[in-house]
Amino acid sequence: MTVPVLSVRNLEVEFLTRRSTLRAINGVSFDIAKGEVLGVVGESGAGKSVTGLAVIGLIDPPGRIAGGEIYLSGTRIDHLPPEEIRRIRGKRIGMIFQDPLTSLNPLYRIGDQIVETIRTHMNLSETAARKRAVDLLAEVGIPAPDKRIDAYPHEFSGGMRQRVVIALAICAEPELIIADEPTTALDVSVQAQIISLIKRLGRDHGTAVMLVTHDMGVIAETSDRVAVMYSGRIAEIGPVQDVVQNPLHPYAKGLMGAIPTLAGEDKRLVQIPGSMPRLSAIPPGCPFNPRCAFVFDRCRVDRPEPLKHGSHAVACHLFDTTPHEAAKETAA
Amino acid sequence: MLAFTLRRAIQAIGVMIAVGVIAFSMFRFAGDPVNQIVSLDTPAAEREAVRKSLGLDDPVPVQFARYFGNAAQFKFGVSYQFRQPVSNLLMERMPATLELAACATVFAMVFGILMGVYSALRRDTILTKFFQAVSLIGISLPTFLIGILLIYLFSVTLGWLPSFGRGDVVRIGWWTTGLLTLSGLKALIMPSITLGLFQMTLIMRLVRAEMLEVLRTDYIRFARARGLTTRAIHFGHALKNTLVPVITVAGLQFGSVIAFAIITETVFQWPGMGLLFVQAVQNVDIPIMAAYLLMVSLIFVTINLVVDILYTIVDPRLRSTIRRPA
Repeated sequence: MTVPVLSVRNLEVEFLTRRSTLRAINGVSFDIAKGEVLGVVGESGAGKSVTGLAVIGLIDPPGRIAGGEIYLSGTRIDHLPPEEIRRIRGKRIGMIFQDPLTSLNPLYRIGDQIVETIRTHMNLSETAARKRAVDLLAEVGIPAPDKRIDAYPHEFSGGMRQRVVIALAICAEPELIIADEPTTALDVSVQAQIISLIKRLGRDHGTAVMLVTHDMGVIAETSDRVAVMYSGRIAEIGPVQDVVQNPLHPYAKGLMGAIPTLAGEDKRLVQIPGSMPRLSAIPPGCPFNPRCAFVFDRCRVDRPEPLKHGSHAVACHLFDTTPHEAAKETAA
Repeated sequence: MLAFTLRRAIQAIGVMIAVGVIAFSMFRFAGDPVNQIVSLDTPAAEREAVRKSLGLDDPVPVQFARYFGNAAQFKFGVSYQFRQPVSNLLMERMPATLELAACATVFAMVFGILMGVYSALRRDTILTKFFQAVSLIGISLPTFLIGILLIYLFSVTLGWLPSFGRGDVVRIGWWTTGLLTLSGLKALIMPSITLGLFQMTLIMRLVRAEMLEVLRTDYIRFARARGLTTRAIHFGHALKNTLVPVITVAGLQFGSVIAFAIITETVFQWPGMGLLFVQAVQNVDIPIMAAYLLMVSLIFVTINLVVDILYTIVDPRLRSTIRRPA
C-alpha cells in the first residue's frame, strides 16, 4: 500500500480561554490518498475548518494542537518550527478559503500576487514566473489571461476571483489542497463550475483534496470519500456512495434525511431536534446522545470510538458488537 | 482622472471664495480701519481723505471685488503696524513656518509609523508599553507645556540646544533656510518635536489600530496560507493596506501643523507666519490677519486636493470608480 498524502492521527486541538480549555477537535483520524477527494461535512462549529487549519499549521493562539500527529506523504509536519511549516504552506499544501471577495489583497494586481507566491516557493525568474502565472490563469479558466493578469481583484466577479484564488493555491503544484467551503459564497451556477474545476485539477495533477463544506450536494458530486463530523469528532467516514445512500450513524442519517429531493414524494424533511452542544458543554459519553432518537444507557457514559463496519467506520454504540464493560458491570 | 482632478479643483476655488468673503468681512466688523491708521486728534476732513485714498468709501461689493482680485495676485494690502505690504511680510516669514512644519511632519510620520507598526506586531513587549505611555503623554499634554519642558531640560539645564529663534539662516533667492547651518538645524530640533509630537501619537495610534485590523483580514490569512514570508506579509501586504487611511490623516494634519504652529512659534519665538499673526492680533492689524486666514486656507485646500489624488494612486478601487462615475 502506498503512503497516503495526508494522514491525521488522533488530532486534538484546544483553545485556551480565560476560564477553561475548550477542545475543538477531539481525536480525529483520517487519511487522504493521492488523487482522492475527501469531503468533510458537519454543522457549523463541528470542527471542519479547524481541522483544515490545523493541517496547514495556521491555528493561531489561543488555539493550539494539543495532541496527535499529522503526516504529509509520510513526514510528520505538526511539530515543525514556524519557518519550516511556512515553506510547506503554499508549496506542498494549497489552501482555498470561503470568501473569494476578501481572500485577495485589494491593492495588488492579481498577477503580482501570483508571481509573488510562485517566486516564494520556486526558483524562477520574474519573467518565467509571470509566464507560469498566465498558464495557471488559463488552466483555472480565466479568459484572456495574458490581459487579465494585470487586473486588480475588484475587477473580477466572485466566481472569477475564486478561480484566481484556486490558481494561487495550486501555483507551486501542491500535493494536497485544502478547500474550506470554496463554494459557499458563490451563486449556485458558479458553484458547479468551481466544483468541477477543483475535481478536474485533482484528477489532472493527482492532487489530494480535503473539501470542507456543509453542503451534502457538493460532497456527493465531488468526493470519493466523506467524513461526517460532529462536535469535534468524526461520527462516520466511508465511501461517498455508501454514506449518502446508507448512512449508519444516527447523526449522518439525520443529515442525509435533511436533503430535499427533486423526486418530491411530498414527504416532510427530517430534522434533527436540538442543536450541537457548545464546546464548553459537551455531554459525557457520545456527544450526540441528547439529540439521538436511538439513545440508550451506554451512550450517556461511554464515548464511542470509530469502528470498522463494512466499508464505513462509524462511532456509534449501536454498531458495536463487542460486549460492553459498563453493561457487564450493571449485569453483575 | 483628469475630470476628477478638475472637479476637485473647481470645488477648491469655491471654498477659497467663501474664505475670501470671511477674510474681507473682518475689515468691516473689526471696527473702522481708518481709526487704526490715523491718530485720535486727526480732523474729520483728513480722515475722509484717508478713507478715499484707501478706497473705503466705495460700495461693499466693489471693495470685495477689489480685495479678492488683489488677493488672487497675492496682494493683501499694507500692514497697519509695519507700514509694509503684507505679502512681503508673509513671504519673509513663510520659509520659517514651512520648514518647521515640514520637519515636524517628517518627524511625526517616521516615528509614528515605526512605533505604530512595532506596537502592532509585538503587542506585549515592554517597548510597546513604553510607546503607548509616550503616546498618552503626547495626546494629553498641551503643546506649549511640552515646549516649555523641553526648553527647561535641553536649554536651561543641559544647555545643548538654543531656546529660541532659528539660528543662522542661509538665503537662497527669496527663501531663507536654516537647514544648511549647524545652528539652524539645532534650533529646529525642539520646535519640530514640540509641534510634531501630537501628530506623531495620532499617527502611531492610527497605524497600530489599522495594522491590527488589517492583520485580521482574510487576505492576510490567505497570504499566510500561501506560505509567504512573515516579512512579505507584514511589510508588503499589511503595511500598504494600513497606509491608505494614514495618508489622509497625515495629509490633513500637515495643514493643522501649519495652522497650529502659532503656539509653538510663540513658545520658541520662531520668526514664522504664526508669530506674525499673534503680533497682528495684539495690534489689530487686520490686513495681516485676513491674509493669514487666506494663506492657511489655501494650504488646507491644496493639501486636501493632493490627498484626494494620492488616495487614488494608492488604492486601485477608487481609480475605477472615478473613471466610471456612478
